[in-house]
Amino acid sequence: MKRTITRRDFLAAGGSAALAAVLTGCNFGVGQQRSGGSGGATVWDISTGEQQELARKVVDTFNSSHKDGAVTIQFFQNDPYKNKLRTAMGSGTPPDLFYGWGGGILESYVNANKVADVTSSVDTDKFFSSVMEGATFDGKVYGVPKAGTQPVLFYYNKQIFDKYNLAPPQKWSELLEIVNTLNGKGVTPISLAGLNKWPGMMYEEYLVNRIGGPEPFRSVLNKEPEAWSDPAFIETNTMIQELISMNAFPSDFSSLNYDTGQSTQLLYSGKAAMQLMGSWDYQAILTNAPNFIQNGQLGWFDFPEVEGGKGDPRNVAGNLTNYYSLTQASDAKKAATAFLNYIVTSDVQIDGLIKIGLVPPINGIESKLESTDNSDWLLHVYNMAKNAPYFDLSWDQALPPQPAQNLLTNLDQLFLKQITPKQFSSNMNQAMGLS
Amino acid sequence: MTQRLNWMVSLMLAPAIAFFLVFALGPLIAAVYISFLNWDGISAPSWAGLGNWTLAFSDPVTLHSIFLTVQVMVLSWIIQTPISLLLGVFIAGHQRYRAILSVFYFLPLLFSAVAIGLIWSSSILSSDGVLNTLVRSVGASSLAANWLGDPSIALYAVVVVIAWQFIPFHTLLYQAGARQIPQVLYEAARIDGANATQRFFHITLPQLRYTIVTSTILILTGSLTYFDVIFVMTGGGPGFATRILPLQMYITAFQNAQMGYGCAIAVILAIAGVALSLFLLRITGFGRMESQAEGL
Repeated sequence: MKRTITRRDFLAAGGSAALAAVLTGCNFGVGQQRSGGSGGATVWDISTGEQQELARKVVDTFNSSHKDGAVTIQFFQNDPYKNKLRTAMGSGTPPDLFYGWGGGILESYVNANKVADVTSSVDTDKFFSSVMEGATFDGKVYGVPKAGTQPVLFYYNKQIFDKYNLAPPQKWSELLEIVNTLNGKGVTPISLAGLNKWPGMMYEEYLVNRIGGPEPFRSVLNKEPEAWSDPAFIETNTMIQELISMNAFPSDFSSLNYDTGQSTQLLYSGKAAMQLMGSWDYQAILTNAPNFIQNGQLGWFDFPEVEGGKGDPRNVAGNLTNYYSLTQASDAKKAATAFLNYIVTSDVQIDGLIKIGLVPPINGIESKLESTDNSDWLLHVYNMAKNAPYFDLSWDQALPPQPAQNLLTNLDQLFLKQITPKQFSSNMNQAMGLS
Repeated sequence: MTQRLNWMVSLMLAPAIAFFLVFALGPLIAAVYISFLNWDGISAPSWAGLGNWTLAFSDPVTLHSIFLTVQVMVLSWIIQTPISLLLGVFIAGHQRYRAILSVFYFLPLLFSAVAIGLIWSSSILSSDGVLNTLVRSVGASSLAANWLGDPSIALYAVVVVIAWQFIPFHTLLYQAGARQIPQVLYEAARIDGANATQRFFHITLPQLRYTIVTSTILILTGSLTYFDVIFVMTGGGPGFATRILPLQMYITAFQNAQMGYGCAIAVILAIAGVALSLFLLRITGFGRMESQAEGL
């Protein structure tokens, strides 16, 4: 048969060509364009509420004076962000600047050559040295503080406390008494976001520190054999399970999500009397329930002393601060470093943090703090961080990734009473190869 | 003629085959390769040989995940098939208001999995949520439970939400299947004196055989790999109560930074899915595609 090109052939070829064009047009994400313009930098952050607004304001003010090195900032949710960052690092398409907590996780990125050294390009002398320790490895600085210092403390609902004539406890036994009293009155004593697991970790950090000082966890970080079998851990976990048996937490705590604000909402809506949380929560309450603070209903007290413990009661656990770190793969290092320097020196950033109730970890700003709203809160947190003989970085950031996840999973099971304190210790020893 | 047809056929198939190679076969081969490495995602990988594979079959968490996945598969089938079947046959009929009701049954299919997960976990299944409030208001407070926070019932709560999401889809399948049944069969049965129940069991069900098989294959392979809603609602918790195998794969690869082990689990999932589909096709005779209209 004579082979002519029919209309059918034409349509068939055209159809397949169109389909192929569509497929190649789908950007497969490789070599994604940095939307910071020519020479601009991208920043990944997880701030919410007023902290997010402040971050945007700082970026906008920077951009107005740096037209050709403009910065774009993107926001993500906390827990998903941790995975997203790791994947982006591994696939070679990370942002220029990324938000972090310092400690072992940052160190793991540094050891994999993913983070750039900024010791000589950014001046970080004004910050607390304890805070800079979290981002300094081998004498080199790998992160610049961009947030307030965030020790963990108890928030409480003053209205509930006044109603039942309760006073903030100084000792652990007093806290337990308060828990019993509140249970008798049908009020949830302590709110807890069990879904995220790290809120429960705060109890572990503080109790171990109060009972045994910083040594037990230091041994873990130094990978000493059987480090997790230290009696401080066993006693802490027994006390935690005791708290659970006393119904100190909401009955559905394991499904409460901190990221959606569920646990804090219990506090300011009067359903729970206390919550152990980092100082960043103040800013969340300021955004979501400003009247609660304005009417003087929010109170706070430091984690109580444990009778017979050898830890200094002024020791503090929490996040040293949050840092921006520069990635090695960044091709906009100049713009990014300019932005880092801006954050360190700019009043927009420093005053902005103070205004929303966060405490910049900078030496000598007491007088600035005294003259603002929320000064009682700010000074309390500032002094807490400044005077702490030891500031324990959150363990899920201090440990390398895999032990950190194992810790969270084991804590989850401990809180659900699925494992005993002895099993917790042996599981953690096994997970870190210390048994 | 055949020569021209073959050339055109290959051309038309090329984009689809390219797509399959790049997005399905390629990553699978990469996953098999990575499963023999120790890699945390950011540092240089090291050779692990069969280490990850022995771990996959001896790790109690993974074995528990496999058990949970099988549970989800079986429960999903038990809940979804009877309900979809009855609904589908009902909608295919000519009862009044059938059209309006079918719109409502169809809605859950259109929602995003994340939206479904968030709404169910924060508004309906939370301890002060819609379900518990409803249960308490009719005086059955002892039935109000911590649906997603209690390790013993979280899995069942999640299975119910998945069923809610997918029953509309299978209803659609059964509706289409039921519509195709020739009316002459029913008329003949009526003449022979069969009542509604007998007509259902002796005509409708047998005629729907291939639809049931299709729906079953979709439910079983779908629930083998299902991820979205469970991830959003519980993240695998509380404890390990809802950590099905796809979630275990995600958590080991991306949260525990053990890419090699995660890839081993991924390959296990892929093999299980393919094996399951082939097995189902074989025993149900689907592959032979016998006609059901013989004698008509």
